[in-house]
Amino acid sequence: MTRYVLVRMMQGVVVVFLISVITFIIMRVMPGDPVYLLLGDGNIQITEEQIQQIRTNWGLDRPLYEQYLVWAGNLLTGDFGESLVRRGVPVRQMIMEAVPVTALLNLYAITAAILFALPLGIASAVRKNTWVDYTTSFFSALGIATPNFWLSLMLIVVFAQYLRWLPPFGLRSWQGYILPVAVMATEEIAVLLRMTRGAVLELLPQDFVRTARAKGVSGQRVLWRHVMSNAMIAVVTLIGYRFALLLSGTIIVETVFALPGVGRLFTDSVMRLDYQVVQSLVVIFAVIVVVANLITDLVYSLIDPRVRVSS
Amino acid sequence: METLSSPQAPTAKRRSRSLRRFLANRMAVIGLVFVTLMCLVAIFAPVIAPFDPIQDIFSGTRGNPPSSEHWMGHDHLGRDLFSRVIYGTRIALIVGLASSLIAVVLGVAVGAAAGYFGGRIDAFLSLLIDTLMAFPLIALLILLAAVLGPSLTTTIIVIGMTVWARYARVVRAEVMSLRERDFVSAARAMGSQTGRILLQHVIPNVLSSVIVLASLQIGTIIILESALSFLGLGVRPPTLTWGGILADGRAFILRYPHIAIFPGIMIVATVLAFNFVGDGLRDALDPHQRS
Repeated sequence: MTRYVLVRMMQGVVVVFLISVITFIIMRVMPGDPVYLLLGDGNIQITEEQIQQIRTNWGLDRPLYEQYLVWAGNLLTGDFGESLVRRGVPVRQMIMEAVPVTALLNLYAITAAILFALPLGIASAVRKNTWVDYTTSFFSALGIATPNFWLSLMLIVVFAQYLRWLPPFGLRSWQGYILPVAVMATEEIAVLLRMTRGAVLELLPQDFVRTARAKGVSGQRVLWRHVMSNAMIAVVTLIGYRFALLLSGTIIVETVFALPGVGRLFTDSVMRLDYQVVQSLVVIFAVIVVVANLITDLVYSLIDPRVRVSS
Repeated sequence: METLSSPQAPTAKRRSRSLRRFLANRMAVIGLVFVTLMCLVAIFAPVIAPFDPIQDIFSGTRGNPPSSEHWMGHDHLGRDLFSRVIYGTRIALIVGLASSLIAVVLGVAVGAAAGYFGGRIDAFLSLLIDTLMAFPLIALLILLAAVLGPSLTTTIIVIGMTVWARYARVVRAEVMSLRERDFVSAARAMGSQTGRILLQHVIPNVLSSVIVLASLQIGTIIILESALSFLGLGVRPPTLTWGGILADGRAFILRYPHIAIFPGIMIVATVLAFNFVGDGLRDALDPHQRS
């Protein structure tokens, strides 16, 4: 087991390293010079020497591998550098300000998704090929096929424009969370429902369920004690593997609803060519996904030793 | 029971059984009919669209709601929205097919190499696959699209280059088990070259999984393309895309909501249709059900 954990951790470290190198290279071949971007539309007069001065200050004149090593070394000590666009503001501070919004958004969405998807998924598996199953399966298919940015726009039209119950954009009050959480939860419910249904359908014909039935345990009790607990384990571990997708959803939803979270910070920084912020965020995303997958793998291998052996 | 010739290669009998199973799935057939319809719409867009989607600007009709003559109303500049949406079908399908093709070729090549050769090659390629899978797809797409500059070609390449990892993972797992099968060992023992074994014996046996995966992934790709175009990082105007029209709709969401409604319905319907076809293919071709 210890060996398995060590190997998986090493793999994670290598993956994060690769991602940081790739991102660094991508950011440097990006069109547009951040120095000129900073000067805006040319209203600020600046001499060639001053430009050189800025480059030297930012280390943009040094060789690429040196820039990478400096940056990576700083990252390891938790120093993400300063924003190139919002001058003087530490990247760490910008990210720290954005994290709570994103964390809350995802927390609410996942909680809502589990609350809805588990019971519905179990119901549609137990009542397979009845109207319950057909209805939930259809809506889950519909949820998977609906782009989150379009659903966002439609909810804005209905709840902000016609009913005027909720604000269309921004986070001036807690009500600003409702529509974005609804969008993210819809996507998660659609996927989780399908996974729960599949997990339960696989469990129902298994020996321990049959044995329990044969022993005369009542149908409801079999369902709750034996099927439900096993399905929960399967589904909760599967959620761990969905972190990359969750982050993708966050990026789009925060951008459409103009929420000051990590996802919007990312799109804004890409558009503004704010190297420092984009690089840091990409590495943070990678670390989050790798750690989440690692934890999920470990939990899974503790529950089901077969996984460990086959790896 | 195994024979020395590729036993899993679909025989005519098995193929007709799969076809019958697919045709018995009502949703899959409806999906297939809709997908065919959309292909026809894309090909014959100039014939179907009642107006020119870019040139015909009707004065005094900015943001007019749907009417009997303009089924989806006018956009924010007074152009016929129905014609614009019809033309948008082309880009959705072109990107869906072209990106899938790139992803399938890359994914099958990498997955087959990793699964067949194993060892260091597998360790390296698996790391590559894991790295790509560990990345939030949208973040990578936004980054690459911004670097390469938005256009149809870059959109196709960028999406193809990012979604292949899923194919590679599936193909790798299947090839690993195929490698140990008797008909592959026999081919090896008879001295066939590695490339020949892969192309003749191994890859044909993973194709049904790849086809199923591709049909399920096209929907995702169509959504990714429209997301990129929606953010202004995908296919750019004047080329018409559903995502691009949605971006117009977003800008005028509180004044002319219908601009955003119709292209979205088209995306949902098309993606749903592709997913139903994919589900149907999976159920029809799934080896577990082939008893």
